[in-house]
Amino acid sequence: MNNTMFNAGDILETIRMIQDECLDIRTTTMGISLLDCIDPDIHKACDKVYDKITRKAEKLVSTGETIEKEYGIPIINKRIAVTPIAMLAAACPNDNPVLFAKALQRAAETCGVNFIGGYSALVHKGFSAGDIALIRSIPEALDVTTRLCSSVNVGSTKSGINMDAIKMMGEIILESAKLTADRQCVGPSKLVVFCNAPEDNPFMAGAFHGVGEPDCVINVGVSGPGVVRSTISKYPDASINELADIIKKTAFKITRMGQLVGKRASQMLGVEFGIVDLSLAPTPAVGDSVAHILEAMGLEICGTHGTTAALAMLNDAVKKGGVMASSNVGGLSGAFIPVSEDAGMIDAAVDGTLTLNKLEAMTAVCSVGLDMIAIPGDIDPTTISAIIADEMAIGMVNNKTTAVRVIPAIGMKEGDMLEFGGLFGSAPVMPVSRKSAARFINRGGRMPAPMHSVKN
Amino acid sequence: MRAVITVIGKDNVGILHRVSGVCAEYQANVLEVTQSVLQDMFAMIMMVDISKMTADFAKLSDRLTALGEELGLSVHCMHEDIFNAMHRI
Repeated sequence: MNNTMFNAGDILETIRMIQDECLDIRTTTMGISLLDCIDPDIHKACDKVYDKITRKAEKLVSTGETIEKEYGIPIINKRIAVTPIAMLAAACPNDNPVLFAKALQRAAETCGVNFIGGYSALVHKGFSAGDIALIRSIPEALDVTTRLCSSVNVGSTKSGINMDAIKMMGEIILESAKLTADRQCVGPSKLVVFCNAPEDNPFMAGAFHGVGEPDCVINVGVSGPGVVRSTISKYPDASINELADIIKKTAFKITRMGQLVGKRASQMLGVEFGIVDLSLAPTPAVGDSVAHILEAMGLEICGTHGTTAALAMLNDAVKKGGVMASSNVGGLSGAFIPVSEDAGMIDAAVDGTLTLNKLEAMTAVCSVGLDMIAIPGDIDPTTISAIIADEMAIGMVNNKTTAVRVIPAIGMKEGDMLEFGGLFGSAPVMPVSRKSAARFINRGGRMPAPMHSVKN
Repeated sequence: MRAVITVIGKDNVGILHRVSGVCAEYQANVLEVTQSVLQDMFAMIMMVDISKMTADFAKLSDRLTALGEELGLSVHCMHEDIFNAMHRI
């Protein structure tokens, strides 16, 4: 800090980023360990869960609001992530884990957060006690709650892919869509299947509080696709390496803001500061689209040839800019490509240029995976499993997080639209291959880890 | 501890007077003022010392936002830390 005035251009740049280019803190997510709430009596366990969450996160929302005022930066979501509930369910083998889902929903309502994540199981190498019961209960849990998010990690580079779990998840996703068919099939929009799931991801629906994490921690997710797009559009003739530098500088500024907010929140709440996740997370709002960044780089429409290359550069530059800006970068950090949450992706999918196949290629270079994609409701569950298997294989072999969040649109066909509203947006039902993978999926078993997992 | 107040919009008589009036009300001391026209916008930037302020930061910020709405201008009041973080290494 010194006494000289700030550069007026810098000040106005910050204000323009926030006001006109949708720069915001997407989420401050409090991670809370529930390991000390395990109890063989499920009712006691649920009470402990509710008490601990509401105690730790009592001031999460009000603190966020104070920081918003102090720095003049919107914090869009305040959220909570908890220990994978399968670990708690393991102690109560004869009870329905949905009781935990209801306790989490109540806790979320009391704290005033819009989502709570962690109705999860980690089964990449196999099922342990509680895992199967929890996975089977996911459709019911997502049906009877509104704020609960669920995730299942079915693969990792280190341990391979649990093909039995993938078979199950195809059925679970379809069942969840059917149960919520009267609500735009919203169930599976809150369910993520992961490979290499990060334990400190602040973004929903995939957030959970990993077992290696401290008892309570604050993680921050920053966003700003609009800022990056607007900066790029000022340099129509820059070469690709110049463009990469420009993106890095922008990512640096965005991440510094996230770091500031995270540190302040952790100080005010008396909770350890975890990580900044510097993800370009789009919203359906005008000017908040990752697809439009790729188009600003020079593509006629997202999904055409060149999209994967443009996205690879973007994802890498965002990471490099962010890494220097924060002492702790974690989570997913990169560019998200959720179809329904991105105005440019929706247009490109409706146009027919952005296909499921192209999206799959893009997931090899973006930060996550096939995200918020509506598929025909009459799909065979083994086809959903096969889509998951492809995506998990990309993650496993490339040492990266990949995920699948697809929504079977029950009673709809290709070209129809699922309308979620809000941050979830709307999703055009995209065509899938109708040729069967059932024999492959029905084999079950475990896909061995790749050669490069043997590093020790 | 300092805050940066920015006023952006169409120039008019008495803007500085009204904004510094709100600052005085809460004992926020004006340290520096600069005015410029950038990208066809009139912009006034004011640095104020908020360490001896008599109210919460949020109160000052709310009052200034309301004043902005009254004058038809965009008024922001932000803690200086955000600019330090974003624009200084």
